[in-house]
Amino acid sequence: MALTIAKPTSAIFAAGVAAVFGAFFGIFVGTASGSALLGLLGGAVLIFALGWAAVAFLREQERPARWGILILFVAGGFLFAGVPGIVLGLIFGTFFGWLVYYVASGRYRTGMPPYSTPRQVLWHFAFRTIAGMILIFLITPILVVMPLSFNAEDFFTFTPEMLSFDPAGYSLKHYRDFFNTSDWQGALWNSVRIAPVATLLAVGFGTLAAIGLSQPHVPFRRAIMAILISPMIVPLIISAAGMYFFYSRIGLQGTYLGVVLAHAALGIPFVIITVTATLVGFDNSLTRAAANMGADPVTTFFRVQMPLILPGVISGGLFAFITSFDEVVVVLFVGSAGQKTLPWQMFIGLREQISPTILAVATILVAISIALLTTVELLRRRSERLRGMSPS
Amino acid sequence: MSHTTDTAGAGAGPMLAADGTPLKRSLNRALRRQKLRALMLIAPLLLFVLLTFIAPIADMLFRSVENQIVSDTLPETVETLSDWDHTTQAPPSETVYEALYFDMFVAAEAKEHTRLGGRLNYEMSGLSSLIRSSGRSLDDLGDDYLDALEAIDPAWGEGAFWFELMSGEGEAAEEVITARRRAVAQMTGDRLGGDTGFAPSAEIAALLPRTTRAYSDFAVFTALVDGDVVAEEDPWESVYVGLALDLQQADVSGYAGPGGDALRAAQADLDSLPLMPLSQFFDEEVDADWNDPEVWAVIQTYSPRYTTGYFLNAVDLQLTPDGVATRPERESIYIMLFKRTLFMSLTITLSCILLGYPVAWLLANLPSSKANLLMILVLLPFWTSLLVRTSAWKVMLQQQGVINDVLVWLGLVADNDRLVMINNQFGTIVAMTHILLPFMILPLYSVMQGIPPSYLRAAKSLGATNWTAFWRVYFPQSVPGIGAGSILVFILAIGYYITPEIVGGTTGTFISNRIAYHISSSLNWGLAAALGAILLAVVLLLYWAYDRIVGIDNVKLG
Repeated sequence: MALTIAKPTSAIFAAGVAAVFGAFFGIFVGTASGSALLGLLGGAVLIFALGWAAVAFLREQERPARWGILILFVAGGFLFAGVPGIVLGLIFGTFFGWLVYYVASGRYRTGMPPYSTPRQVLWHFAFRTIAGMILIFLITPILVVMPLSFNAEDFFTFTPEMLSFDPAGYSLKHYRDFFNTSDWQGALWNSVRIAPVATLLAVGFGTLAAIGLSQPHVPFRRAIMAILISPMIVPLIISAAGMYFFYSRIGLQGTYLGVVLAHAALGIPFVIITVTATLVGFDNSLTRAAANMGADPVTTFFRVQMPLILPGVISGGLFAFITSFDEVVVVLFVGSAGQKTLPWQMFIGLREQISPTILAVATILVAISIALLTTVELLRRRSERLRGMSPS
Repeated sequence: MSHTTDTAGAGAGPMLAADGTPLKRSLNRALRRQKLRALMLIAPLLLFVLLTFIAPIADMLFRSVENQIVSDTLPETVETLSDWDHTTQAPPSETVYEALYFDMFVAAEAKEHTRLGGRLNYEMSGLSSLIRSSGRSLDDLGDDYLDALEAIDPAWGEGAFWFELMSGEGEAAEEVITARRRAVAQMTGDRLGGDTGFAPSAEIAALLPRTTRAYSDFAVFTALVDGDVVAEEDPWESVYVGLALDLQQADVSGYAGPGGDALRAAQADLDSLPLMPLSQFFDEEVDADWNDPEVWAVIQTYSPRYTTGYFLNAVDLQLTPDGVATRPERESIYIMLFKRTLFMSLTITLSCILLGYPVAWLLANLPSSKANLLMILVLLPFWTSLLVRTSAWKVMLQQQGVINDVLVWLGLVADNDRLVMINNQFGTIVAMTHILLPFMILPLYSVMQGIPPSYLRAAKSLGATNWTAFWRVYFPQSVPGIGAGSILVFILAIGYYITPEIVGGTTGTFISNRIAYHISSSLNWGLAAALGAILLAVVLLLYWAYDRIVGIDNVKLG
């Protein structure tokens, strides 16, 4: 794509672009300290001057100039707002230093066709900014929860101490709460007791059925598939209501077994979908070859088929696990106090007695989901690699 | 083998397989075996899902029309009431009150009358307390009769005497006790196995029918529910009421069985009992509401074993004796809730399209190394616990929360009027858009990946402007992705429970919150089931549409 050669632009242009951003951020600094208009003008003028000076005199010395800008910003931030100012200075200094030289060197055009009009260039970057903001929207809630969980106070917001990076503003007390409260520990233990068993059930039955479903001739395939997928389609509240009614009829409501069965049923569609997807790329001549060489069906399954579809099975199992581990609606109805799981305890915590321990739990759960996400991604890659090996 | 070739070569007769069977049959058998093996592999899971999931759903659908409690608890009342015409505006006849007295007495002993009261209270408020309090005052009449009877002959107060009297001599009327046992079993829902150790004599059953009924109820209950010996217990008060009613009509002069003399003495001195018709008793001693034809009309309307009442309630209608009517304005909330659920799900779907489309485009058009990196930002929320994300939004949207703090710090909002962003529709929409956004981005992304970028370049080189090229060439190709993502998000949104419950307050809740409320708080399970059935129908309809557009087999994860 490197069709476009970066052509240096004028210092006025680079400084002007930076000044627009300067004006934008200036508004916030301005409103925070009294006058929005003053902030806007101040930001624009300051950044323009800085940018123009940098490009006009130090165009070739990009690296030291950017360091200089960074140091200026950090120093300014410290004088203006103390320790938190340093952080803001770091962020903005890096940003403006990069921006000025990105524009001045003309690098910004390299990713685009040489014939792009200025409006197209503007739209290209405006679009990326919008998409970037949406991605920030996606990730912010998770990023906000993590630092808040180290709050030394029982607040759900950043205290002044936290913002000034005072160590006294941070503590592990919510984590200690989590590990020392019997309610939370009981809930954790219940989750650990329920999810793996439900996963095992779902994976065991699900893998067998997925293999059956991928055979070439299956009568009523669509109807069977619809039934097996239905726990994923039916809204959880309806599943929960139905299970509550039915399980209390047959005496399973409020029992460990009832919750495990319910969660296994909810996890099955995920196993079916991932394993059948893996089996689509499975080369059936491999099993025939194995049979040809004298392996019985069980050996063929465990020695030939299973190793090849294992990534799919494991990632299906992880989906089933996370379904059970995160599930709260069904366990709320099917379980009783003895089966109170972690999400249930969080739900109570959010609805009744709001305690920041929830944030500590949330952070731990995010860490777990990152681990799971990584595992699934690695498995997916491995599966693709394996599939590439066998002709399909 | 040679045999096969021979026949095939000769062109006569069917082709044969190696073992000599016709090839067609052999192939069919192989195919059948293959099908059977596939089914055998599927069968355990199918059975498992049918038992743990489909059966509960079926049970819920059954409950949405089931209404056996009225006819199970008051079987005879319902039967005698069926002839009553509610349009006369007159209370029913004495027979109905008699049936009500004996039915209700058993129900009160079994503590089932409160459940019945709860059920009927959904249709007419006040019936719960009416039935509950009536259950307590039924004893009074029998106590009065007992006092008078004991004045005539102290033996009337003894359980052993009663047992002897009712057992009588000669042939036993087993069918009476069997029928009563079945009735009690149906009411309590227990199996009630075992032996009562009592059966009334046929002669007594014919002579004193009401007494026999009441005493049989007592015997069944004492022996099978309480596990006591019938002969050692004093009979229920309803037995005395039955006796007084029977003695007013029966001719006991010729009865020669045990206790015959006592019966005759009681009949001779019957005027010493404070006799009153049961309709008068209910009206004056229990509760004047029993004289209200509307109460009876409600009981009559809801006496069939299956009712459309719950479904009508779920759409703000009401089953009345005169047919279907609308509910009073202040009680009609469900249509509004359904509309709100649909409206908010649509809004959420729309915001997901608006936010998801640019991101999916970016991901699909970046080089894969960068796209994979950005994909993490989409997948991380997708994999994060729902509760974590909901609590994060609660933390951020609160009045003392992070967003308000930032806005105040920036001076965009004054400290004393911070924005109210939680416990309303706004909070629900923002939080749920965030939670469901990955479900929009992922299908959109997989569709956009399949659109060749050269089409767009071709359109532009043919002179299309950026906008025309996008709108006429790219967008139509991405519509399947929008369709798939929208239906997925909409199906998920319409049944959401947790997030609206936590950030929705009162104005941001969905129909599912109402279902949960009816299951766990108001205990109106029938209505919850009916609401659930309607929601299920909507979702299945959408699912069917999804299947037509995308196909179930094409659902991808991650």
